[in-house]
Amino acid sequence: MREFRYEKATDPAGAVATLTAAPEGAYLGGGTNLVDLMRLGVATPDVLVDVRQLTSTEVEDLPDGGLRIGAAVPNADLAAEPRVRERFPLLAQALLAGASGQLRNRATTGGNLLQRTRCTYFTDVTMPCNKRAPGSGCGAVAGYHRNLAVLGATNRGGDDGHTCIATHPSDMAVALRALDATVRVLGAEGERAVPIGELHRLPGEDPSRDTTLAHGELITAIDVPALPWATRSRYRKVRDRASYAFALVSVAAAMDLRGTGPDAVVADVRIALGGVAHVPWRATVAEDALRGGPATEEAFAAAVAAELAAADPLPENAFKLPMATNLVTRTLLQISGEARA
Amino acid sequence: MTALSDRPTTHAPAVGSDVRRIDGPAKVRGRAPYAYEHELDSSPAFVAIVQSPVARGRVVSIDASAAEALPGVLAVLTHENAPRLGEVVEEIRVLQSATVQYAGEPVAAVVAETSEVARDAIGRVVVRYDSEAPDVVLSVDRDDLYAPEQLMAGFETDSVIGDVDAALAAAPVAVDVTYATPVQHNQPIEMHATVARWDGDVLRMWDANQGPHNLVPVLTSAFGITEDQLHVVSPYVGGAFGSKAFTHVHQLLAGMAARVTGRTVKLELTRQQMSSLVGHRTPTIQRLRLGAEADGTLTAISHEVVEHTSRNAEFAEQTATATRLLYAAPARRTTHRLARLDVPAPTIMRAPGETPGVYALESAMDELAVALGMDPVELRVHNEPARDPERDVPWSSRNLVACLRQGAERFGWAGRDPRPRVREVGRRLVGTGVAASTYPTRRRPSQCRIEAVPGKATVVSIDASDIGTGAWTALTQIAADALGVAMAEVDLRIGDSRLPKASGAGGSTGTTSWGPAIQAAAQALRERVHAEHGGQLPAGGVVVTGSSGPGEEVERFSMHAFGAHFAEVRVDRDTGEVRVPRMTSVFAAGRIVNATTARSQFLGGMTMGLSMALHEESVLDAVHGHFANHDLAEYHVATNADVGEMDISWLDEVDEHVNPLGAKGIGEIGIVGAAAAIGNAYWHATGRRVRDLPITPEAFFRGE
Repeated sequence: MREFRYEKATDPAGAVATLTAAPEGAYLGGGTNLVDLMRLGVATPDVLVDVRQLTSTEVEDLPDGGLRIGAAVPNADLAAEPRVRERFPLLAQALLAGASGQLRNRATTGGNLLQRTRCTYFTDVTMPCNKRAPGSGCGAVAGYHRNLAVLGATNRGGDDGHTCIATHPSDMAVALRALDATVRVLGAEGERAVPIGELHRLPGEDPSRDTTLAHGELITAIDVPALPWATRSRYRKVRDRASYAFALVSVAAAMDLRGTGPDAVVADVRIALGGVAHVPWRATVAEDALRGGPATEEAFAAAVAAELAAADPLPENAFKLPMATNLVTRTLLQISGEARA
Repeated sequence: MTALSDRPTTHAPAVGSDVRRIDGPAKVRGRAPYAYEHELDSSPAFVAIVQSPVARGRVVSIDASAAEALPGVLAVLTHENAPRLGEVVEEIRVLQSATVQYAGEPVAAVVAETSEVARDAIGRVVVRYDSEAPDVVLSVDRDDLYAPEQLMAGFETDSVIGDVDAALAAAPVAVDVTYATPVQHNQPIEMHATVARWDGDVLRMWDANQGPHNLVPVLTSAFGITEDQLHVVSPYVGGAFGSKAFTHVHQLLAGMAARVTGRTVKLELTRQQMSSLVGHRTPTIQRLRLGAEADGTLTAISHEVVEHTSRNAEFAEQTATATRLLYAAPARRTTHRLARLDVPAPTIMRAPGETPGVYALESAMDELAVALGMDPVELRVHNEPARDPERDVPWSSRNLVACLRQGAERFGWAGRDPRPRVREVGRRLVGTGVAASTYPTRRRPSQCRIEAVPGKATVVSIDASDIGTGAWTALTQIAADALGVAMAEVDLRIGDSRLPKASGAGGSTGTTSWGPAIQAAAQALRERVHAEHGGQLPAGGVVVTGSSGPGEEVERFSMHAFGAHFAEVRVDRDTGEVRVPRMTSVFAAGRIVNATTARSQFLGGMTMGLSMALHEESVLDAVHGHFANHDLAEYHVATNADVGEMDISWLDEVDEHVNPLGAKGIGEIGIVGAAAAIGNAYWHATGRRVRDLPITPEAFFRGE
């Protein structure tokens, strides 16, 4: 563990200025992931800029019926927020599916989005990992990977400098991806709005970068736009034990169903997957396949199959494909069943 | 103290009553110091360990200059400069040579003024290695499997009675199945920790272990000191399960670091380091062949075990030994073969031997019941042996059938539809399963000293160990009854190597070993007061000792506790997720000293069995030779949310043969067989027979 300096700014702009001037520094939110990584020697910041009390801890109404979530809102508070539970049940469910009660009390909304992968080769500094030590190789491809990515990974067999099959660990981010949230970011050049689909990035040629944020940029809030039919939405997470485990596969889904009975039509649908990729994975292929079509088990299963056609699983995580197919199909059936009822 | 002269009459017996933990209030208030928490010195130094990422090879060079230059670093120990250890077993000869025999082996240790500086410094020690590809994969096809001379705890490696192959070939109904269990790791909540200091030539150690006396022979030999020059103190220990039974490298490193720096040093392993430095349970591959008549009478039992040990130690887990006694059959065979791999030394873990072995046997029995079309409870009852089937001696007591019957009644087993995959609740497939449990009853030599002074609490001293089991409470109960006083009048002292020598906590022998020693000392006190003081405790007090140990009952009887587990399993047909909403377990374990702490022991064991069935697996990386999932985020143990309704009960079993207390030991019987009951229920729910643990969600998708 490297010695570090602790800084506390008086306002967000001051924090941005401090961190921008400290190329090896890091923001400290709830610290539920960063402090672990510091103890492991994976993260070695020389200065921590505490932003926990700088950004908002409020959830505000947006004019369109959406919500603006302050970056410092604790995960536990966000999950309990009545407007979230009412308008975006999938978001509340995703939050409650993550971590433990103690961690949710501590973890912030902004920090949750910036969690790093729990791949065991990333968290062990004695092992090769292109994300932690670019160019060192990937230990997971030939090693322990049952919990790792099947979509969007860079897999060239592990020995090259780019292979990375890490997954993004957040549950909340999967729900926000389905909801097309916008991440509000403050940087040295001022404020900008980043669609959540452009916040996280696939490993590509540079697995070391999880997001498109520049060093020093600070998440100040997350805007969730109105989606009236998200009142019928769900988050379901498959995990090894009943609580306190990362997703093997998870799904956040919402559906706008028009008509009744067997003639009901999927007017619109949102599907995002967790536990399968380096990013919260928006299932646009499946969404396109379903939009305007029937709300049947066959249609749901075919749409997921189309989405997963691009998958590149490894021996120990190939189970994620049938698991995801079943999970998404069943979740969509549950939502459409509620819509019909 | 008039009660000394009579049978205790003034107090209701404490043994058998439902007494809360006497150490509970201190623990919840943070006033029960665990090893790392002892405040001994205002400025202790801290030790951090540099571990080899190489599993097989040797250290070519170590450059510690950058670490030594860091402000606050007091010393960097390596194999080149560390104190030479006296004779100790190879697996703990730490920093004595350049050879590396497993991934994670310590190659240097930093002593620094703060733990942060120590951790920073270990990253600055530059070590170069010559390495070879590690050999860590166990299989039955290896050509280097060998038969050890004997198994742990002195069991014979093989046992053969009758012509097993002929009996199997002739059997009208037979099963031939192979089960595999993975490497598992103990995960006590308190990580291994040692505080060490040299006061002149006396080594003092505040340490997390399963019995201070366990450390004495190793530490005295390692550091070339006498027993008088060693003092190990361990009043409170936060779980162990076997991982704190032996002396491991961290205790030796702490002693070396304290000697080199002249400081009090603190060394606590990280959770990750526990994967390589304090042992694990060997993986097993177990072939079970059972032959039976059409009416279910077993004619042959064959149980062949393959497991691993390390290059630097022979740890031969006694996996098939319970198969030697659980059921009757004229032809029977058990064998154990080992492969020496480039792994850390295995160790004791939660009923070593019985846990993986009975899992396999009781799973195979379920498969046989299916093949026979026979109820699995009835199959077990039908093969109940009247005497120990291999030793040919009587049981001291055996109530497996009563456990099965009572468990079936409580669980609602009657009328069970044996067909698999025919029950659903919502999207969940539902099944039930049963398995038997057994664990040996033993006691070990232990001594106790009692100091009685009028008007004061009676001091009862014995180097017993409470690793979270409730020994503080149970031994106080036993002492109170033996002395004929109230529990408040007993001043129990345990967990200190300067107390009378006693066996460690392990093998479910604590209460059975320490309790009779306390009873013997109390009896000596009574006799002394009668013979020399006319029945009245003299003003100056009396000091007596007593001891207990195994006697002729060991030869005359086969002594075991028994139990039966029933489990309901639900499997999500979409996701493969497995949950256990309820278990019923019934035990016959002799006299139960304390109902509250006993229930906790059974519950803990059953939960570990559930955890073994569904969650626990340490994954050996075949390329690097390390345990890849070496933290609690990736090595899953059952959490509260995984444990459903646990119906726990026991029979009022009287056994006058096992020991004067009549107790059989309850620390481990709860886990034995529990995983089999769950695996059998999984088959009943899904129609899928999973023969390798754990049964994680992907098992449901295999072959689909």
